[in-house]
Amino acid sequence: MTEDNTAPIIEFSNVAKRFGPLTVLDDFNFTVRKGEKVTLIGPSGSGKSTVLRILMTLEPFQDGRLTLSGMSYHEPNGKGPFKASERHLRQIRTHVGMVFQSFNLFPHMTVLRNVVEAPLRVLGIARAEAECRALQLLDMVGLADKKDFYPSQLSGGQQQRVAIARALAMRPRVLLFDEPTSALDPQLVGEVLSVIRGLAHEHDLTMLLVTHEMRFAREVSDRVCFFDKGRICEQGAPDEIFGAPREARTREFLSSVLA
Amino acid sequence: MDWTAYLPMLWQGAFVTMTITLASIAVGAVLAFVFGIMRVEGGPILSTIALCYTEVFRGTSLLVQLFWFYYALPLVGLSFDPITTGILVLAAHAGGYGAEIVRGALSSVSTQQLEAARALNFSRLQTLFRVSLPQAIVEMMPAFGNLAIETLKLSSLVSLISIADLTFAAQSIRNITLDSTSIYSITLLCYFAMSLVLMVAIRVVERLVRRGQAFPQMPRS
Repeated sequence: MTEDNTAPIIEFSNVAKRFGPLTVLDDFNFTVRKGEKVTLIGPSGSGKSTVLRILMTLEPFQDGRLTLSGMSYHEPNGKGPFKASERHLRQIRTHVGMVFQSFNLFPHMTVLRNVVEAPLRVLGIARAEAECRALQLLDMVGLADKKDFYPSQLSGGQQQRVAIARALAMRPRVLLFDEPTSALDPQLVGEVLSVIRGLAHEHDLTMLLVTHEMRFAREVSDRVCFFDKGRICEQGAPDEIFGAPREARTREFLSSVLA
Repeated sequence: MDWTAYLPMLWQGAFVTMTITLASIAVGAVLAFVFGIMRVEGGPILSTIALCYTEVFRGTSLLVQLFWFYYALPLVGLSFDPITTGILVLAAHAGGYGAEIVRGALSSVSTQQLEAARALNFSRLQTLFRVSLPQAIVEMMPAFGNLAIETLKLSSLVSLISIADLTFAAQSIRNITLDSTSIYSITLLCYFAMSLVLMVAIRVVERLVRRGQAFPQMPRS
């Protein structure tokens, strides 16, 4: 449920992303409104993860314009592949968080330190406050009792839940999920999805989710975007995309993954 | 002359060897981290300086380095006492190899870890000191252990710039008594005992950087 008339928080206009001779995103246009929950689906190599990685400033892009809360990713006189200074990129990153396919927790830190470290060092929050908030988040993902464990002592599902708490501890406005359940054993997928489902009710949090869990996408998203060959081939409300897809490519893809 | 009579002199030499070795390892470790980090994070100028340093000290003979610093450097007006010279040269040598170990371990930290650090908005220095180094140091430990023991054994070369270390003491006694067999046997045992102590010390440090439960498997080599 989103306010339809708010300004977009994310706006890609005519963005092109190439890896050498390979074009991943081509004349790409995409807008997301504040608080919207958008799921990106499509065959592998269609550019869905690249969209998230560009938003997280993990990948530069070549042409076009991208803004987040009105801030442009490229600076007018920006140099280097990102066409922006590190200072500017860090400014953008304060608004975005990301949950990775393979969790990427810091193995040398306990669960609590994983969640506390960035608020403490980057945001400069006092330790007592940061730990109190971290424990609330760990409690929310159901892992407060594991706070003194190391990631290697947790299951994949537990690690991913910690990773979600860690991303939320930075209070992002936009949270990106890059195939958060693809690296998990099937019986561990549910616990991670239920945490994400809980976040879907957070009114102010904008969520972009790349996933292959189609039933889940249908259930939590406000909008589903079907990607094909570096473009959004079709997008709409979940019931439209899953119930009555207009494009042949969408039907083909859905029948292959839902079969 | 009974072989036990050699022991006080050998002990004095062994003490010098231990001092030089430990000082060289300590200074060498600092050099290794400074130049290793410069190689990875230093940008074009600093990393070239670090590259030159490692290649010069790895690519030339340690014995000639010792002679150069002991005999040649005073001719251009810079002289240290033998012990300091010995420690500096051994440290620079160990530092050269150590910098390569640090560089290798730092560049083996996975990109996924660096991306996670970036997504959490860590600065470059925070990423280095809070994410990369604590993981890389675990990878460095076995190689550092070898290097420490290598440094102990190479320290015998300082006897050739008139430092009265264990090897020097052994040579002196042999020149008087001509009892090569027992003197060199005892000397070898002394070196072996010292390297055993070093190995145990390194194990202790390794356990510390592993933080108990954090790295249960052997690190990938």
